[in-house]
Amino acid sequence: MSEKKVKRSFASEMILNNPVFGLYLGICSSLAITTTINNAIGMGVAVIVVLVLSNIVVSLLAPITPDEIHIPVYIVIIASLVTIVGMLMQAFTPQLFSALGAFIDLIVVNCIILGRAEAYASKNGVLASARDGLMMGLSYTFSLLAMAFIRQLLGTGTLSLSNPMTNAELFSLRLIPEGFEIEIFKQQTGAFLTFAVLAAAVTAYKNATDKKAAEKEKAAKVAAKEAQ
Amino acid sequence: MNLLTIFLSGMLINNIILSKFLGICPFMGVSTKLSSAVGMGLAVIFVIFGASVFSWVLYYYALVPLGLEYMKLICFILLIASFVQFVEMFVKKTSPSLYKSLGIYLPLITTNCAVLYVTLDNITQKYNFVETIVNSIGVPAGFMLMLVIFATIRERLDSADVPEAFKGNPIALVVAAIMAIAFTAFAGLV
Repeated sequence: MSEKKVKRSFASEMILNNPVFGLYLGICSSLAITTTINNAIGMGVAVIVVLVLSNIVVSLLAPITPDEIHIPVYIVIIASLVTIVGMLMQAFTPQLFSALGAFIDLIVVNCIILGRAEAYASKNGVLASARDGLMMGLSYTFSLLAMAFIRQLLGTGTLSLSNPMTNAELFSLRLIPEGFEIEIFKQQTGAFLTFAVLAAAVTAYKNATDKKAAEKEKAAKVAAKEAQ
Repeated sequence: MNLLTIFLSGMLINNIILSKFLGICPFMGVSTKLSSAVGMGLAVIFVIFGASVFSWVLYYYALVPLGLEYMKLICFILLIASFVQFVEMFVKKTSPSLYKSLGIYLPLITTNCAVLYVTLDNITQKYNFVETIVNSIGVPAGFMLMLVIFATIRERLDSADVPEAFKGNPIALVVAAIMAIAFTAFAGLV
């Protein structure tokens, strides 16, 4: 029973405090590269690696970083990590690297990473920061996957996954018959529409939980009054 | 003619917001009022122009001769951050009234992905110096055009009857989706 409760609160945390749909951070990459599930996973993993490492380094360096220049220091740390990740991807997953294009470099200016460095890693210990980076990265990847799933399914009619190292297809499943795909979901318009609908869904969920909490509070107050 | 092509494709055909999906964060945040949209647009034009020129010179006269091309990401982001800081101090000293109206938006430009993208794009497209200048005016001009159009639409949206969950950013994204369709018409321009 208690385990179930914890699980549920974890899932709702993922939705309510979602950095992409809840706080509107890192929108650019989530709109641009979510045409296929493959790209979404690749981008998600790259961001998780950078986010965890940058949180670790920032939390280690925070005590000796002068306050006036902490933002430039964080940016240099993040830029170095992104350069390393970019080079590794270019070497081992060239197809994925060219598909993601400039967006690997632009991880530097992804607000989530600098935001976590500033808001969390600079004030907390190494392990807690690494954990926070992992959680944030996972919920970012989760949002990318949600968008990519909808866009790939409606845009191409198939769900497929391939090995980024060898580019061999792992599986491919056609769910919508040929000729019935909605081409527009592969293009910019589809990206904006998918994002808008998902963000609205998150807002609706948030409103519903807020309302429930408010009602519960009210009921508790009434009960307390009656008890008196 | 070639320069005109670069300018028009940067501004309209490959509009940085609608077709490259860059600079969406300030686009969502600042486009609620026309006056702040104009201020932000002008600041972005200035910063992108300055940062592109400096980064082009830095890349071809410092990084290439030293064989340090792979350092471009770190160098460019530092250059942008310090340039924004410099612009902020300069505006604060020379025109306090402009600083007041731009104040909060200026430091935010550092993390505007459009700035970093344009500086990197000038290098990957192998533009020469003049082409770099034209490109780095055209692209932010497209950004400002979008901000202004969008701000006027959003001022009207305020009085529209929007479903509860779509209020705010989601409906703005739906508007962006429709504008993206309109902007595909520019593809036939060049």
